[in-house]
Amino acid sequence: MVAALEIRNLHASVEGTPILKGVNLTIKQGETHALMGPNGSGKSTLANVLMGNPAYTVDSGQVIFDGVDLLELEPDARSRLGLFMAFQYPVAIPGVTLANFLRSAINARRRDVDPADKGISIPEFRRLLMDKMNYLEISPDFASRYLNDGFSGGEKKRAEILQMAVLQPKIAILDETDSGLDIDALRIVAGGVNRLVGPDLGVLVITHYKRILDYIRPQYIHIMMDGRIVESGGPELADQLEAEGYKPIFEKYGIVPTEE
Amino acid sequence: MVTDRLSQEERELKRLNAEYTEKYGFSDPEQYAFKSGKGLNADVVREISRIKGEPEWMLEYRLKALEVYLAKPVPTWGADLSGINYDEIHYYIRPHEREERTWDDVPENIKRTFDRLGVPEAERKFLAGLGAQYESEMVYHSIREDLEKQGVIFLSIDDGLKKHPELFREYFGTVVPMTDNKYAALNSAVWSGGSFVYVPKGVHVQMPLQAYFRINAESMGQFERTLIIVDEGAFMHYVEGCTAPTYSRDSLHTGVIEIIVKRGARCRYTTIQNWSTNVYNLVTQRALVYGDATMEWVDANLGSKVTMKYPSTYLLEPGAHGEVLSIAFAGAGQHQDAGGKVIHAAPNTSSQIISKSICKDGGRSSYRGLLKIHEGAERSRSNVVCDALLLDGHSQSDTYPYIEIEEQNVHVGHEASVTKVSEDQLFYLMSRGLSEDEANAMVVAGFIEPFVKELPMEYAVEMNRLIRLQMEGSVG
Repeated sequence: MVAALEIRNLHASVEGTPILKGVNLTIKQGETHALMGPNGSGKSTLANVLMGNPAYTVDSGQVIFDGVDLLELEPDARSRLGLFMAFQYPVAIPGVTLANFLRSAINARRRDVDPADKGISIPEFRRLLMDKMNYLEISPDFASRYLNDGFSGGEKKRAEILQMAVLQPKIAILDETDSGLDIDALRIVAGGVNRLVGPDLGVLVITHYKRILDYIRPQYIHIMMDGRIVESGGPELADQLEAEGYKPIFEKYGIVPTEE
Repeated sequence: MVTDRLSQEERELKRLNAEYTEKYGFSDPEQYAFKSGKGLNADVVREISRIKGEPEWMLEYRLKALEVYLAKPVPTWGADLSGINYDEIHYYIRPHEREERTWDDVPENIKRTFDRLGVPEAERKFLAGLGAQYESEMVYHSIREDLEKQGVIFLSIDDGLKKHPELFREYFGTVVPMTDNKYAALNSAVWSGGSFVYVPKGVHVQMPLQAYFRINAESMGQFERTLIIVDEGAFMHYVEGCTAPTYSRDSLHTGVIEIIVKRGARCRYTTIQNWSTNVYNLVTQRALVYGDATMEWVDANLGSKVTMKYPSTYLLEPGAHGEVLSIAFAGAGQHQDAGGKVIHAAPNTSSQIISKSICKDGGRSSYRGLLKIHEGAERSRSNVVCDALLLDGHSQSDTYPYIEIEEQNVHVGHEASVTKVSEDQLFYLMSRGLSEDEANAMVVAGFIEPFVKELPMEYAVEMNRLIRLQMEGSVG
């Protein structure tokens, strides 16, 4: 059965300030969606709320993932169910190698299925990691570097995509994965995502700019303003946005733009 | 609220003790060749010396040290030592009449203890030599034959005195004099067990020599004394490990370690201290380092109720180099007061102190360090870094970095930081499927990685396991 992430009338706030004001969206495995919108519209908040960042408070609404009430679960349980978020600002964990971290993450999944599981063997893990790294054209020495510690912007984003490739989620949210990347880095990261897209993966690409959508071609485009999705459509919506900017939509909905 | 927290800490302490008991804290019934009564006086000292068959000069040395010990007040500048009941302690327990060269000759119950701790297995796998101390005496001491043929001496300290009296007397008490501090004096009066090591000129002992210290009895005082001489151009790595059963009454471990590193030699001394949380661990470790020689202290303090230990290095000639790399883990009811001392007494000497501490469940760690550069020690360089990681809001970390510099032309760096595991780090790791405990443990593992990577592989595995044990069920 195809897994789906269903967001129903979701309201959420940060430190008492409402950010999401009734979001409705359904993403299925095999679909690629883009969520666009100006700064401060709530795109990243949506990503963080879906993943369970404790800095955000859900005020009302529902999120059902693969038939399970996602909002009842801790972030680790959400991850083990098959949800993934590529962070806009991946966090450095000094002293922990990318390989070690990914092996622990795989083992956490295996133990979730079978508490007596002894974990993936080191040779098996190494093969898996090397396969994914080759596939994504990532240099092998990456695996022994400390997670995001001293990584360039591009390296951080590639590491996120590598994690996604290894963990094989059902639904992945890419939170402004294009931000801070030059055109070459963007091409590499988007190329990585494209290789992973397929019938088993649903993707929500969150972006401020249309740029990344030239590489990752979503079937559905959504525009978020002031905590709601105000427009949804096909790829033509992105082109329209590119040509006209957000201004006509601000005017259409009577929204005063805010800075983040 | 305060009482709530205390009772929570007590519960946590009980739980940790139960875990420790299963792995290290089991005890054997007492079957000893000799056990001194409680308390300390000149008769106890004479009895120890008599049983050991020591020369007269050593008895006199011990008796003089006893006077020094009794005259010195309990230090009050560091951890709280007021809980030690000196009159309840047994100062000498002789488990067995002889020290053995093969495990088959070690009494069955003692051998079983060390088997359970994995000590003989480690010896077979990756050690150049092993000494195993049970209560007051080394019950086993052995070194690989090829090293013995090269002139490497690795004996219990008692055998060192018997078999190499001149070498012994030349160095004993010269690095840590009995008057150094109250506990060095106590050790000098009642010392028993520990190792005597001599590595001849130019000999490189590639695999580590290990000593394992085990306290079994309740209210036990263990006073290991170790003397290591690394002759010119030689190399040696000595590792000590320590565990004890968990008792409600406190025990005392008061060691003195004296090391001489001669010209161009290198010595590494690694401690993995995992005493049960009823042991006061008050140790004086010091090395004298000569021209172009290197001393490295690698010091892990995980267990004990209170530890006071500041491995020190005296850089006596040009080109001498000293390093201290330490970690301390303080859980419920523990105070780790540790650090390092480096004294630059010659030009062109260099040193580095890296100290990392982790506190959780109300544990307390203190970094206490001295960096001293004497007048005339020109072009000396030193760098001190202390980082503390707090795993909750009611644990405590303090830093007491004393720096005394009498020379202008030197380069000194000092950094200190106190951090908490950030919410962002936890969320990031959990978003990949790790539980909160696993995420915390991973941040801690990363924090101590610079330390762990300095350990031989087998010890690194053990260290990660011990940290994991400390972390399990941690209140994040």
